[in-house]
Amino acid sequence: MVDVRIHGRGGQGVVTTAEVLALACFVEGRHAQAVPSFGSERTGAPVAAFVRVSDQPIRSHDPVEEPDIVVVQDATLLSLPSVVAGLRPGGRLLVNTHRSLPAAVLAATAGRTVTTVSASAIATRCVGRDVPGPAMLGALAAVTGVVLVDSVIAAVQDRLAGRSTAGNVAAVTEAFETTLAAVGGEARASAT
Amino acid sequence: MTADTTSGTAPEPVRFLQVGSLAAGNRLVDLSLRAVQADPDRPSGLTKGHRACRGCGEALAARVVLDAASRASDGRLVTVNATGCLEVFTSPYPESAWKVPWLHSLFGNAPAVASGVAAALHVTGRADVRVLAQGGDGGTLDIGFGTLSGMFERNDDVLYVCYDNQAYMNTGVQRSGATPPAARTATTPVVHGHGGKDMRPAKDAPRIAMAHGIPYVATATVADLHDLEAKVTRAMGLHGARYLHVLVPCPLGWGSASDEAVRLARLATQTGLFPLLEAVDGDVVATTPIRHREPVEAYLRPQRRFAHLFAPERDEQVLAAIQADADRTIARYRLDRDDDAPDDDFDLPDDDLADTGGGLP
Amino acid sequence: MRQQREGSQAVAEAVALCRPDVVSAYPISPQTHIVEHLSRLVLSGSLPGCTYLNVESEFASMSTLIGASATGARSYTATASQGLLFMAEAVFNAAGLGLPMVMTVANRAIGAPINIWNDQGDSMAMRDCGWVQLYAADNQEAVDLHVMAFRLADELELPVMVCMDGFVLTHAFEEVELPTQEQVDAVLPPPPTRPVLDPAAPVTIGAMVGPEAYTEVRYLADRRHRDALRLLPLVAADYARATGRDAAGLVRTYSCEGADTVVVALGSVLGTLSDVVDQRDVGERVGVLGLTCYRPFPADAVRAAVRSARRIVVVERSLALGEDGPVAADVARALAGSGRSVSTVVCGLGGRPVTSAVLHRLLDRVARDDLPQRLFLDLDRDVVDREMQRTAALARRAEEVRS
Repeated sequence: MVDVRIHGRGGQGVVTTAEVLALACFVEGRHAQAVPSFGSERTGAPVAAFVRVSDQPIRSHDPVEEPDIVVVQDATLLSLPSVVAGLRPGGRLLVNTHRSLPAAVLAATAGRTVTTVSASAIATRCVGRDVPGPAMLGALAAVTGVVLVDSVIAAVQDRLAGRSTAGNVAAVTEAFETTLAAVGGEARASAT
Repeated sequence: MTADTTSGTAPEPVRFLQVGSLAAGNRLVDLSLRAVQADPDRPSGLTKGHRACRGCGEALAARVVLDAASRASDGRLVTVNATGCLEVFTSPYPESAWKVPWLHSLFGNAPAVASGVAAALHVTGRADVRVLAQGGDGGTLDIGFGTLSGMFERNDDVLYVCYDNQAYMNTGVQRSGATPPAARTATTPVVHGHGGKDMRPAKDAPRIAMAHGIPYVATATVADLHDLEAKVTRAMGLHGARYLHVLVPCPLGWGSASDEAVRLARLATQTGLFPLLEAVDGDVVATTPIRHREPVEAYLRPQRRFAHLFAPERDEQVLAAIQADADRTIARYRLDRDDDAPDDDFDLPDDDLADTGGGLP
Repeated sequence: MRQQREGSQAVAEAVALCRPDVVSAYPISPQTHIVEHLSRLVLSGSLPGCTYLNVESEFASMSTLIGASATGARSYTATASQGLLFMAEAVFNAAGLGLPMVMTVANRAIGAPINIWNDQGDSMAMRDCGWVQLYAADNQEAVDLHVMAFRLADELELPVMVCMDGFVLTHAFEEVELPTQEQVDAVLPPPPTRPVLDPAAPVTIGAMVGPEAYTEVRYLADRRHRDALRLLPLVAADYARATGRDAAGLVRTYSCEGADTVVVALGSVLGTLSDVVDQRDVGERVGVLGLTCYRPFPADAVRAAVRSARRIVVVERSLALGEDGPVAADVARALAGSGRSVSTVVCGLGGRPVTSAVLHRLLDRVARDDLPQRLFLDLDRDVVDREMQRTAALARRAEEVRS
């Protein structure tokens, strides 16, 4: 079981990102559950979504408390302790930013691997809007074995059908290749 | 009037000794112009044996409305009833006075239930079956107000008839949002000669209905059964949300003699306190002018619910205020206009009755 | 076909497959996605023969369904929490009039204080309304139960409520298998005829029944209600035959055979409980009993499931003020005289997540035989102790001032 937690602000498509990730895993024949942390948040407020991925059917619906992977779509949230809380030792933090991370964050995530990707820049270039989710998933595919980039692309085409599909697919691909090159990551060559 | 011109003497006036046009049955009136109630084969959707008080205005009105609606729909009619007098005195299990399909759910939801019935009929291809909803003033204007407004706003295909006796009569004459100024009720009692409902106006149901812009709104009373039947028939010729507000005196609650319901209803219109009107798509298109104007006192005196305005002393201030209300209503709807060609000996019913042709034998 | 769907959308699709005639709904979190999806299906033409009413309150949604069902239409709505209470009068009315219809309750806490998150306080507050009450353990079960609910409603001539944990299930995006239209049609034939509003055969529905007959009318209603215990397994068997899927019956059991302790629960917590039980020491012999049908209460099935257990622990996702229950009260009554202890464990109120960690702590206490009659499992003791001390101090000061 791999537990993922995605952070962002209301209006940035955090729930959509979670659903696309779950759909991508489903496409690969795995079991996946995406759940938003629900509330009455308005746009701009911090929101989170959880994704569980497993080769076995997922019976539980409790929230992810100790994620293996934390994805942060908005770097301004890093000042909130809850954003990296519970990230397992050996886990992965993936942050949307073009800057290097503050020392405080690196200290809080000692023992975990940290990757940054300029998802907003990529999205703006490919889609024309700052919708970083697909790019984040492309990067995720590059640095973890959770999901294949082809599955992410298939999920994007299914879930984000419309005007921006091509742009979003381009964002996934660019982020995947950029991140892969930058970190020489752990992407699986094929589904296990 | 005929005159014998063949003789040399002055013609004798011939007087016809039949009752006037306001009667339900008039054997000298053409069949096509008689009221539904004059027909021995009338549907009698609300039939005899019910447990209403003697002289109940609501029972009379409902009987007239049901039969006119049945006739207008060729008997393809279903009825939804709110909790209240009409429901209670017609459905004492295991008996029922209803010969039409009849559904009673709750006090405040008759408009919504009727909307659901209409929706079901439409979607299952039975839009030819028409829906009539009925409720009292309390069930319609107070506890059912939200569902009434919703039905109006959606323009659901329902004719809603409110029988207004101006208080919660079924439960013992408590005041409602339709109780008129100064009226004594069990919850606006008269103590030491003073009291009754305050002078704020009752909810103006017809104007509230008009404000929703629905296809048809009308008022009527039990004093003119032709007019009531005509308005029901006209409403049944339309689709969408339609509202009919009928004044129905309650001898028990109003403290009037049990044979006075029709007379009091007529006085209500002749004083201007209850205007007779029709509105289409939110605008008034017709009103019935007052033929014989009466002062409000003539209407108030026979009702013990207004007795405190006359004894032990006359309450001139309140009486003047009520008269001013009546004057305002008359002015608003121009009920004192003289543009009818009066013909007092032989009043014909409205022309529209013949035009619609519906509902009459 | 297996697909990845949000729970709400899966339920909406299942309802659509049941060929509803009238859907009438008022929005309230967390039910909104269900009714929004249904309105999309209707307005896009995917549901011909269905009309969608946007009403002005939940009281109106239930009331319009009363009218629709009384006219013979297959009727559906969804609500939660405050909405369920606002329509309460009409909910009782629908059951009393014997009107088939189905309603989804997206379980949410009742205010005050206002709280939009998941617990089962809403449906528990209405457990005596006369509806059949079913609880889905996951979104697959939610899909299956809605189809079975329509069939059950038709056969019983009673309304049926399908409860599913709000947000936790309604907003979970996961895999479900939706039945095909053919499979649903096999389980859900056109409804049998019953007395409805029809000019060809006038009936009076909703008469006033006095003291001389009311008792008998209600006794017969209770008999009809309890017949769901016989019918639901039959409908489930039909559903299994049509879909090849073993659908829920009155209860679902996990490791209850030979169990020493059985934990009883309703809804989504059952999934977490099953995971937790798998992680326990085998020697503890803990089983899980999920109640799918809560009203009528399946006393026989409960007794059979806990046959071997010494200890029964009831996880309550609602709080019955002033008593121990509500579910524990029903369980205890079913087991009265059998000498077993039944404990109430309150947790997960107002959307507080019931996590594996919390459930492990519970089973640790069970293993230590350290379980009181009633336990608030996830309560912050420090906070309430401080508040109770503060209140007591205020009372003492007031007393001093008075004397």
